[in-house]
Amino acid sequence: MVEAVKPPPLYQVSDLRLSFPDMARKSLFGAAPGIEVLHGLSFDIARGEVLGIVGGSGSGKTTLGRVLVRLLQPTGGQLKFDGQEIGALDEAALRPLRRRFQMIFQDPMSSLNPRRRVGSIIAAPLKLHGFDAVSRRVDEALDHVGLPRAFRHRYPHELSGGQRQRVGIARAIAMQPEFILADEIVSGLDVSSQATVLALLEDLVRDLGLTLAFISHDLSVIRRLCSHIMVLESGRIVEHRPTDALFDSPQSDYTRTLIDAIPLPDVDADWINRD
Amino acid sequence: MSAFLSIRNLSAVLKGGPPLLRSVSLDVAAGEVRGLVGESGAGKSMIGKAVLGILPRAVEVVEGEIWLDGVDLLRLKPTERRRRIGATAALIPQDPMTALNPSRRIGPQITDRLVDILGWRRAAADARALELLEQVHIPDPARVMRAYPHELSGGMRQRVLIASAFAAEPKLIVADEPTTALDVTVQKQILRLIAQMQARHGTALLFVTHDLGVVSKICGTLSVLYAGKVVEDADVRDFFAAPAHPYSAALLAATPRYTDPKAGLNPVPASVIKAVDAEISAFDRGWRNG
Repeated sequence: MVEAVKPPPLYQVSDLRLSFPDMARKSLFGAAPGIEVLHGLSFDIARGEVLGIVGGSGSGKTTLGRVLVRLLQPTGGQLKFDGQEIGALDEAALRPLRRRFQMIFQDPMSSLNPRRRVGSIIAAPLKLHGFDAVSRRVDEALDHVGLPRAFRHRYPHELSGGQRQRVGIARAIAMQPEFILADEIVSGLDVSSQATVLALLEDLVRDLGLTLAFISHDLSVIRRLCSHIMVLESGRIVEHRPTDALFDSPQSDYTRTLIDAIPLPDVDADWINRD
Repeated sequence: MSAFLSIRNLSAVLKGGPPLLRSVSLDVAAGEVRGLVGESGAGKSMIGKAVLGILPRAVEVVEGEIWLDGVDLLRLKPTERRRRIGATAALIPQDPMTALNPSRRIGPQITDRLVDILGWRRAAADARALELLEQVHIPDPARVMRAYPHELSGGMRQRVLIASAFAAEPKLIVADEPTTALDVTVQKQILRLIAQMQARHGTALLFVTHDLGVVSKICGTLSVLYAGKVVEDADVRDFFAAPAHPYSAALLAATPRYTDPKAGLNPVPASVIKAVDAEISAFDRGWRNG
C-alpha cells in the first residue's frame, strides 16, 4: 500500500464528536441536554497536505476547525496531533503545543487589535511563548508575507483589506507552526487581493513546509489551493478525496450541488434555472 | 427605447477631499439588468446611493445629471426628490442581518412604506405583502409576517427584503451586493429569484457586485468602475468573450474558475494598475483644466 511509506499523519482524527448544551431544552434546574454538531468524524491530515474544508452554513466546518486548534474541546473520539492525544488536554497542558498550531481568522478588522501597531500585534504571541530575538522575527514575518518592514509602525486601519489579512498570516507564521488553520480568510477580499493572498499562501506552504487546513465556502478557491477536499454537511463528512478526483467525479449529490451553484464568469443563460 | 435611469457625467467628491466619482455616465432601460462592477472603493455603491438620494453628508455632487423616468433628480428640491425616488425606486440591501429592524415583526417592515409614504390602506398593504412573500417562495407567509427577523435564516431574510423591494411596483431597483453575505447554494436561489421577479415586473435593475461570475449570470450589460470612473461599458456577451479595457481583462483573469484551476485567481499585474492610474491622473488634469 502507498499509505505505508508515508510519514505518520500530522493529525489523526477518529470518531470525533462535539455536542453543545441545548439551552432551549434545558429544564429549570437540570443540566441542558446535548445537541451534537459533529457526528463522529474520522480522517487524517498528512504533513504538507493542504486540506480544503467546504460546506454550507451550519455544516460544522468552522466548528471542526476550532476543534483542530483546540479552541473547542471535543466531547468524544480521538484527536491526535503528531501522535499525541490532545482532545482531553487542559489549558495548561495545551500551552506548549499552541505554538505548533496557529490560526488565521476571517475578518482581520476584528482579529487585529485596532489600538496596537502591526509590529506589536505580530510580536505579542512571540513574547507570550518566550521567543528570543522578537524584533528580528517580526521583520522576517513581514518579509515572508511581502509587506515592507516599515509597516510594523502602522495601525490596522491604515492598511487595505488584503494587507491586513497578510498581517494575520504574518502573526501566524512568525510562531513557526507546523499547522495553520485558515477560516474563510479570503471571502471578504476583492478578487485581486484574493488572488494575491492565495498566491502568498501557496508560496508559504511550499517554502515553510506547512500543513494547512483551509475552510471556505468557495470551491473555486479551494480547487486552486488545496490537494485534498473534505465536504461537510450537517456535521458529517460527505466526501473526502484528492481535489482533482472530487471535481472530476463528485460522489454525492451535495457536492454536485455545491459545484453547480458556483457562478463561473461565462455567459450561460440556462444556469440560473438549472437545479 | 429610452433609458429609465440615465446618469450623465456624474462627479462627486468627498467634501474638501479627493474625487469619488469621475464623470460617470450609464443608462438602464426598463427591463434591463445592468451590472456595476469594481473593487472596494471603486465607487459602485456610491452610484447606487446617489440614485437613491442617500449619499452620506460628507459626499458632494459637483456636476452631472441623474435622470429618473424623465426627470433630473439633481434639479429637484430635496422633498420633491425624496418623493419621486420613493415612488419609483427601491433598494435590495447587502446585509439581510442589519437591514431589518430586529425588534419589529416582518409584516409592518414591508408594509410601512406602502402605508406611510404611498398612502395605501392597511388591509391592502397586508394583502400585497402576503402576495409578494408568496412570489419569493416563502413557505407559510402569514406566519412569516408575524415573525421577528431572528426567527428567519439569512436566505429567508434576503427573500423578505426582495419582496419588500418589489412591494410598491418600483420601476427601478438598486441591488447592492445582495448575495455577498450568503452561501453559494443560497446565492443561486436568490439570484434566480431576483431574475424571476425582475422579469415578471419588467423592472430596471442596477446590480452592484464585485463578482464577475454573478454578473455573467444575471446581467445583460455592465459598467466596470475603477477609482470612480467607468473604464468599460459593454454588453455581457461581448465583455465575457473579450473585455476591451486592460483593467477589466485583469479583473476577469483574477476571478476564480473551478473548471480550470490554473486559469483565474491571477493577481492584477502592477503594470495594469500603473496604466489605469495614469489614465485617472490624465482625466483629473483635464477635469481641473477644463
